[in-house]
Amino acid sequence: MNEKVKYFMAHNAMYVILIVMILAIAIYEPNFISGTTFRDIMIQSSTRMIIAFGAALILITAGCDLAAGRIVGLAAVISASMLQDPGYSRLFFPDLGQNPMSLAVPIIIAVFACVLVGTLSGILVAKFYVPPFIATLGMMLVAYGANSIYFDMTPNNSQPIGGLRADFTQIGSGSLNLFGLQIPIIVLIALAFIVFAYFLFNKTVLGKNMFAIGGNPQAAVVSGINVAGSLILLYAIAGGLYGVGGILEAARTGGATNNYGMGYEFDAISACVVGGVSLAGGVGTVKGIVAGVLIFSVINYALTFIGLSPYWQLIVKGCIIIVAVAIDIRNYIAKK
Amino acid sequence: MAEYVLEMKNICKEFPGVKALDCVNLHLRAGTIHALMGENGAGKSTLMKCLFGIYNPNGGEIFLNGEKTEIPDAKTALKKGISMIHQELYPVRQRTVMDNFWLGRYPKKKVGPLQVIDEKMMKKETQRIFDDLGIDIDPAAIAGSLSVSQLQLIEIAKAVSHHSHIIVMDEPTSSLTDDEVEHLFAIIDKLKKRNVAMIYISHKMEEILRISDEVTIMRDGKYIGTWNAKDLTTDKIISKMVGRDMTQRFPERTHAVGEVVLRAEELTSIHPKSFRDVSFELRRGEVLGVGGLVGAQRTEVIEALFGLRHMSKGKIFINDKEVAIRSPRDAKKHKIALLTEERRATGIFPILSVLDNTAVAHLTHYLNKFHLIDDKKRKTDASEHIKKMNIKTPSFNTLIQSLSGGNQQKVLVARWLLTDPDILLLDEPTRGIDVGAKYEIYMIINNLVEQGKSVIMISSEMPELIGMSDRIMVMSNGVLTGIVDKQDATEEKIMTLAAEGLK
Repeated sequence: MNEKVKYFMAHNAMYVILIVMILAIAIYEPNFISGTTFRDIMIQSSTRMIIAFGAALILITAGCDLAAGRIVGLAAVISASMLQDPGYSRLFFPDLGQNPMSLAVPIIIAVFACVLVGTLSGILVAKFYVPPFIATLGMMLVAYGANSIYFDMTPNNSQPIGGLRADFTQIGSGSLNLFGLQIPIIVLIALAFIVFAYFLFNKTVLGKNMFAIGGNPQAAVVSGINVAGSLILLYAIAGGLYGVGGILEAARTGGATNNYGMGYEFDAISACVVGGVSLAGGVGTVKGIVAGVLIFSVINYALTFIGLSPYWQLIVKGCIIIVAVAIDIRNYIAKK
Repeated sequence: MAEYVLEMKNICKEFPGVKALDCVNLHLRAGTIHALMGENGAGKSTLMKCLFGIYNPNGGEIFLNGEKTEIPDAKTALKKGISMIHQELYPVRQRTVMDNFWLGRYPKKKVGPLQVIDEKMMKKETQRIFDDLGIDIDPAAIAGSLSVSQLQLIEIAKAVSHHSHIIVMDEPTSSLTDDEVEHLFAIIDKLKKRNVAMIYISHKMEEILRISDEVTIMRDGKYIGTWNAKDLTTDKIISKMVGRDMTQRFPERTHAVGEVVLRAEELTSIHPKSFRDVSFELRRGEVLGVGGLVGAQRTEVIEALFGLRHMSKGKIFINDKEVAIRSPRDAKKHKIALLTEERRATGIFPILSVLDNTAVAHLTHYLNKFHLIDDKKRKTDASEHIKKMNIKTPSFNTLIQSLSGGNQQKVLVARWLLTDPDILLLDEPTRGIDVGAKYEIYMIINNLVEQGKSVIMISSEMPELIGMSDRIMVMSNGVLTGIVDKQDATEEKIMTLAAEGLK
């Protein structure tokens, strides 16, 4: 029995931590356990989840995507710029006219831009052998620069984009009535992406190749896998996922600036790592990533809920990342 | 049906500054085992990489079943029925046996409009092929948890599942125990009966003479010839490989051994399944061989002496004084040196120069009064050893990864000789290096013991163990089962002791 408990603890440490954390806060502040809390945490987790899946694709190939956050910002600004209410006083495109375009057009343009940035990172890594850290560091700057130029165009001149159309913001803040429950649309979207990620990771050739490339690149080559093609495709999909995240951020907050998404790559990487994705590549599960993202959302929400200063929150978060990885790494290093 | 399933004619391959293959030929008949032999650096692996599409030859032609064929990449080779079991296995350690098995060719099925991977079929097929070949491995096990021999069997099964009619095996037995070798041979025999042709690369003469039908020998990138295996003997093969007659495989020593320099008492690992109660003595000027099967925990004992492994019990005495060795730093202080078993993994720094690789264990010795490294002294010392060891390298700024295995090994010996050790622990010092370099390593060992240094040498090659050691301690399953003097040592005796702990 004891052995079983140990095994369970070692392999489900993240979930145990998550539950213990919720219980501890609930004892300290019983009001924490409520439908509103749950709903808020779910909504906050939704965009992070989608971005984290993107980051995970790259981490599992033994890479690291520093451009994630800036690509989120790019998508937020592009989509918001084309989805303002025609009656709003400061329009990004005043000439767009009174007939609103279909929601799909700006969303597709924004996602396409992000896929393009991702593809470029992928080509740099796969074809030019630029280390992922450097390639994506460069693309991070390029994406931010391009986004800022766009954002600074006349007549917008770097003013925050606001007054977004109701049908757009509805995606971020509306709910659907399902089985008598009000379920936020954004949470449903995130659920759809969890299913997508599960399929990608476990049921597709690309997913299997991703683990192989990260686990042992030589094995991938010798087995006749198209390593470069797979890598480029993975970076492109990751870019698309960040794009979706950015669009949802704009819809949820009802606006966008060129600084949207700043630092999100670190949140995403932290969540992945806490969720058991190995920085050395080849290891990671959808289940773990979901838990990692939820842990960070719970921490964020709970620490604010109990009134801890944001500066102390940073210290707590930093410690959790380090402790989680230190515990996890013990599964891999055995004493000789 | 053509006479040969595979013909490689006049294959040439040049790398910048080196002619790796110079008009090499190979003719392979269906249902035979064709040994490819030659010293390391003779071009065997290069030739096979040309066959497998990893390298593209600069000249020559490849015929499959009499038809001229181009093989631009590994995928084409697999499609044309050629499989290769690489010397260094390439498993994705984090993934399951099954995932590795189907890597690059996952079976798919349709679920509605989607193409998804058919895991059920993967499992069923893997199991079927394993059963067929008599391989007892769980397809769902994680590859990293398996032994080298298991991984090798999986590779062979993989070749079978590709319906390959040509299988290349590059040193498949270099890290297998005798039982595992027998299992491998049984499988090879099965494949032979199914008319599969196999190219078998190995340094082990006994093995070659036992299983192969034909032998092709290469030297320095050139084709020397092809013979029927039954017309060859070990000595004939060696002389063809080396290009001169080998009258003596192990050089003689004449000096007498001296007093006890190291005494180990009841060394016991912290792991219950590792070594326990191992006691022995090492004398000045002696070569103490360590024999045993893979898994006998020989490496573990040696690494414990060097402070790399943790012990729950046991004492080490050097010159009759008890010493505490808890880390390699402690071991170095007591003038012990260790040449590790895995040259690539734990020996060389591949992308550092020969110079850096030589001096790395001894840098503190070269500090000047400002505590900076005195490069002049470092270079003189290193180049002196490079010369003394007869290390073949263009310069000491060459990256060590571009040297042959034998020369890399000599650099590692030089690294430890710089620290002026009294006791050298050598773990499989001649594994994977060619006959000529082996002889040179033996000469170096003899020189060292003649200077009054002492050597503990693990070896899995019986002739080497018996030829080089003054005494041989044999381990089996974590315990010391006996110590045999040179004059009483026979292969049978050592094998009996090596199997004792398994009963």
